[in-house]
Amino acid sequence: MVSAVFHSPLDAAPVAAQNAMNNVAISASPASARSQKQSKTEATASPAPASRDWAALSRSFWMAVLPPLCGLGLLIGLWAVVSTTTGGSIPNPVETWKQALEIFSNPFYRNGPNDQGVGWNVLMSLERVAVGFGMAALVGIPAGFVIGRFSFLSRMFNPLISLLRPVSPLAWLPIGLLVFKGANPAAIWTIFICSIWPMIINTAVGVQRVPQDYMNVARVLNLSEWKIATKILFPAVLPYMLTGVRLAVGTAWLVIVAAEMLTGGVGIGFWVWDEWNNLNVKNIIIAIFVIGIVGLVLEFALIKLATAFTFEEVKA
Amino acid sequence: MNTTTNPSIHPSLSTKFIEVHGVEQTFKTAKGLFPALRDINLTIAKGEFVALIGHSGCGKSTLLNLIAGLTTPTNGALLCANKEIKGPGPERAVVFQNHSLLPWLTCFDNIYLAVERVFGAKETKAQLKARTDAALALVGLTPAGQKRPGEISGGMKQRVGIARALSMEPQVLLMDEPFGALDALTRAKLQDELLEIVARTHSTVVMVTHDVDEAVLLSDKIVMMTNGPAATIGEVLSVDLPRPRKRVELAEDPQYVHYRKAVIDFLYTRQGHVEKAA
Repeated sequence: MVSAVFHSPLDAAPVAAQNAMNNVAISASPASARSQKQSKTEATASPAPASRDWAALSRSFWMAVLPPLCGLGLLIGLWAVVSTTTGGSIPNPVETWKQALEIFSNPFYRNGPNDQGVGWNVLMSLERVAVGFGMAALVGIPAGFVIGRFSFLSRMFNPLISLLRPVSPLAWLPIGLLVFKGANPAAIWTIFICSIWPMIINTAVGVQRVPQDYMNVARVLNLSEWKIATKILFPAVLPYMLTGVRLAVGTAWLVIVAAEMLTGGVGIGFWVWDEWNNLNVKNIIIAIFVIGIVGLVLEFALIKLATAFTFEEVKA
Repeated sequence: MNTTTNPSIHPSLSTKFIEVHGVEQTFKTAKGLFPALRDINLTIAKGEFVALIGHSGCGKSTLLNLIAGLTTPTNGALLCANKEIKGPGPERAVVFQNHSLLPWLTCFDNIYLAVERVFGAKETKAQLKARTDAALALVGLTPAGQKRPGEISGGMKQRVGIARALSMEPQVLLMDEPFGALDALTRAKLQDELLEIVARTHSTVVMVTHDVDEAVLLSDKIVMMTNGPAATIGEVLSVDLPRPRKRVELAEDPQYVHYRKAVIDFLYTRQGHVEKAA
């Protein structure tokens, strides 16, 4: 979808040059699919329809595939340039790829507590995120509901939230270590703190923005609080809530790496720090990619989940 | 009390059902107090169809919301069946301007929510479902029952909204420009359906409208409002056209033309244009 929006003016441009006289609207930036198609038909009027369809299809395929490949190519190119100019202190892409194949050939080995496969490290990090985030959801979503529903509570908690939200979650790590007397619960505590704010805030905003029309329906029908909550509030707030969940998981995945660097143990953040101590830069680069891909997958899954529960009229 | 003479012929002779006494409504806005309505006095008989007409911003919807109980008046009192209107309730069903169906419920469930609320205490599930099906059938939407509002057209949504209101067997049906957002053909079709339904159910209806033809075609009484701010009732016109009314035949009926002219005269000659003031 994104590529369609971005490329239509581009590929309409040469055609526009040919048909400049009779196609004035072509310069309008998001050239609509129809005008684009029309101008294309004019430009390539002679070939048979079948081959034209095929040409259009292959072009749209390349337009979908080519730009991301170019982006990836640019990244790898820059990386290779940096690698050669620094005299190999940053490993080049080919070496890193070979190392990655080796690492991923056996991701789940265990050689003692400080030497485990990358798979275990990722799973341990995900587990911490899941536990911390899960507890934050259990507390944050109901809190968001009551803060959104009752203006007294909203006025009471808004200053506290505004005060505490900008604090880096890592600043809470020592408190966690002190209270829980352990690295693992302290890391989970950090995740809890960082993921609770987006969920409270988004849920509360969602409750406050339930369309007045729906509340009027509830009032005319004289529905009970329970029916209002289950039939109107919850479904209306769900999209906001899921946005909160998505932001929370995204932040949690950012924070867990930093937290694990400080707490140690098994986890992707610890792995990065451990490899730095071993001066194994290839593994650090691999870890960066792994963290990125896991984050991407989490984000994608949560967006899918959110769209499944969003009704067109809620967005309007 | 409830003399069941044919209410549509001489509504002025039937009993008072909704009474509005000296109602005044003032809103607090950022710029200070805004007087929306003043000196509203109105009685509506049981089974009467009343249209509220006026320019934009003249407080038609405000008056309807007051009768619905969604807002309370600054001054004055409203009675329904000799009881003060203190808040909204299922006996005064509202058809909202934008239908206000819950998008996450199917059409059936949207109506069922209302049916369950009104009859749930006394009736079995099967009876409630039968009522819901009957309401859907009344507006000709039985096949669309399992669809969500997002999957049906604007006219169908409005019909579901009407079905939901009617399913509650309300004493009064309050409609806020129910057909305002629809195209002319769909609007005409729904007006005809509404005429039929009201004839069958003998509902008392208060309808806000912008549309002169709609007002004359449907109502027993047209309440014409002056321009806001501080709008009030300018004139009340009784429409003594026999029922059932057929739009095609009425188009050339001299009486119909006369009523239509009277409303247009009020709106455009005496009340002029209001957009500057509003």
